[in-house]
Amino acid sequence: MISYSVEKEYQGLVDAYEKAGGDRSALLSKDVAKLVIHQNKVLSADGVTGIKIETKETETGVNIYFLVEEGAKIQRPVHLCFGVLPREGLQEIILKVNAQDNSEVNVIAHCIFPNAVKVIHKMDAEIEIGNKAKFNYKETHYHGDFGGIEVIPRARIKVGKGGVWQSTFTLSQGLVGKLDYDFEVFCQDKGIAELVVKAYGKGHDDIKVWEKIHLNGVGARGLAKTRLVLSDKAKAEVKGETYGNAPYARGHVDCIELVNGTEAVAKAIPIVSVTNEKAKVTHEAAIGSIDKRQVETLMARGLDENEAVDVIVRGLLR
Amino acid sequence: MLEVENLQLRLNGKLIINDLNLHVNKGEIYGILGENGTGKTTLAHLIMGTNNYKPTAGRIIFEGQDIADLSVSQRAKKGISLAWQEPVRIEGLRVGDYLKLSGNNFGIEPVKHCLGMVGLEPAQYLNRDIDNTLSGGERKRIELASLLAMRPKLAILDEPDSGIDIISLPLILNGIVGMSKQGSSVLLITHNEKVAEIAHRVSVLCAGKILMTGAPAETSLWFKNNCRACVHINVPVEEAEKL
Ligand SMILES: Nc1ncnc2c1ncn2[C@@H]1O[C@H](COP(=O)(O)OP(=O)(O)OP(=O)(O)O)[C@@H](O)[C@H]1O
Ligand SMILES: [Mg+2]
Repeated sequence: MISYSVEKEYQGLVDAYEKAGGDRSALLSKDVAKLVIHQNKVLSADGVTGIKIETKETETGVNIYFLVEEGAKIQRPVHLCFGVLPREGLQEIILKVNAQDNSEVNVIAHCIFPNAVKVIHKMDAEIEIGNKAKFNYKETHYHGDFGGIEVIPRARIKVGKGGVWQSTFTLSQGLVGKLDYDFEVFCQDKGIAELVVKAYGKGHDDIKVWEKIHLNGVGARGLAKTRLVLSDKAKAEVKGETYGNAPYARGHVDCIELVNGTEAVAKAIPIVSVTNEKAKVTHEAAIGSIDKRQVETLMARGLDENEAVDVIVRGLLR
Repeated sequence: MLEVENLQLRLNGKLIINDLNLHVNKGEIYGILGENGTGKTTLAHLIMGTNNYKPTAGRIIFEGQDIADLSVSQRAKKGISLAWQEPVRIEGLRVGDYLKLSGNNFGIEPVKHCLGMVGLEPAQYLNRDIDNTLSGGERKRIELASLLAMRPKLAILDEPDSGIDIISLPLILNGIVGMSKQGSSVLLITHNEKVAEIAHRVSVLCAGKILMTGAPAETSLWFKNNCRACVHINVPVEEAEKL
C-alpha cells in the first residue's frame, strides 16, 4: 500500500498522469496490474493473476522484473507510470521482461515530466517474448514546455517462434527535448515485430530514432514505422534497419517526416538487407513539407490554414 | 448567386480558360460537360481559389461580392466548397471526423445519414481513416458525403461519378439532386452526358470556352453530335476549322 510519506507525491503524479491522458481509475482498481514510479521511488507495484512485478529501488532509479506467466491471457491492460515531477532529476529504469510461452498482455505506459528543466529519463530493457506469446506495449510521453529533458529508451527484444511484439512510442505533447530512441528486435520463426515511433519536434528539439529488426527465423515479419513532424528549429534523424536473414522473412521500413517551416531539419536513413534469397525487405521514406492539397482540402471545408495543418499533424501522430 | 464574367486563365502562355461566362442560380444544378483536358478542373480551382490559380482576366462574383482575392478558407466560410476529382488521402484522419470538419452538422447522426446517402454503411466506415486503405470509389463517395454534410451554398463537384460503379451511380446522382433540394447550388462537372441529365442547365466546354448552354437533353444531343464526333479533342473551334 501507499505509505503516508509518499501519498503527496503519489497524488501529484496521478494528477499529472490523468492530465496526460492516463486513466486514473485504472491506477485505483484492484484487478488491474500496475506500477507507479516517481524518480527512484516505487509508489505502487501490483500484479494480478498471471503477472508478477518485482522492483528494487537504486540510487538513481528502479530495477524492474516483469513476468507474464506461461499461458496467461491478461484481460485488462497493465498500467505503468514513470514520472519526475521536480524540475531536475535523473531516472534510470532497468527493465527485464519475460513474457512466457502463449501468454498475452497489453501494457500502457505513461512517462510524465511536466516541469522538466534538467531531467534525464533512461530506460534499458531486456525483453523476451516466448513462443506464441503476444506483447503489446504503448508508451506515451507527456513533457512540459521547457524542453529541458533527455529521454533515452533502449530495448533489446527477443521474439520466440510465432511470438508477437508490437510497440508504439508517442511523444507529441510538450517539447521533446532530446530523444535518443534505440530499439532492436530479433525474431525467430514466424515471429512478428512492429516498432512504431511518433514524435512532434518543436523549438530546439533533437530527435534520434534507431529501429533495428532482425528477421532470423523462417517466415518472420517486421515493420519499422516512424512518423515525425518537425517545426521551428527541431531536427531529427531516423535510422530504420531491417535484415531479412531467413526464407520467407518479410520486412518493411516506413518513415514519414513532415517538415513545417524552413528551419527544421529531417533525415532518414533506411537500411534494408537480405542475406537469404527467399527473404524480402522493402522501404519507403518520405520527407517533405505538408502536402498543399491536403491543406487546401481542409480549407475548402472552412478551416483556416493553421487549423488545417493542425488536423493533418494530429492525424499523422495519432 | 454565382456569376463568372469573362473569366480567363493563361498558364505558361497557354489559354486554359478562355473568356468564360456563366451564372448559377440558387438551388440550381448547373452542369459543365466537357472531354478530357478542356478546363473543367481548372474552372473548379479558379472558383474555389485552390492550386494558386488566379484569373488573368475577368471576375468571379459570389452573392454580389468579387471573391477573386479571398483565400480558400474565406471562400469556404462564405459557403463555397469543392469535392475533388481525385480526393487526397490524409493518414490518421477518421471518416467521421472528416465529415464533421465543417461544423455545419450537429452530432453524429447527420454524418451517418450522409454516409448512408452515398451507399456506405456508417458502422463500417466512421472509424476508418481517409488514408490509402480506402478504395478509389470509397474515397470518392466519402468526398461527396463530406459536401452533403457541409451543406454549402455552392457545391462544386468535380466528376463525382468517376470511379463509381454503374449500379451505385443512381444513388450518387440522387444524393446530388437531394443537395439541390436542400437549397445548395451545384456546379456539376462531368464528361458523361448521362450524368449531366440531372442538371437544370448544362454548358459544353471545349478548350476553356463554353460552346453552348441549354437544357440537358438538348445539350447532350449537341455534345454527342459535335464533341463526341469531333476528331480534334480540346482544340479551339477557330483553330479546328483551319485544320
Ligand atoms: N501548368 C500548366 N501549363 C500548361 N497547361 C496546363 C497546366 N496545367 C494544366 N494545363 C492544361 O490545362 C488543360 C485543362 O486541364 P483540366 O485539368 O482543367 O482539364 P479537365 O477538363 O479537368 O480534364 P479531365 O477530364 O481530364 O479531368 C489541360 O489541357 C492541361 O494539360
Ligand atoms: Mg478534371
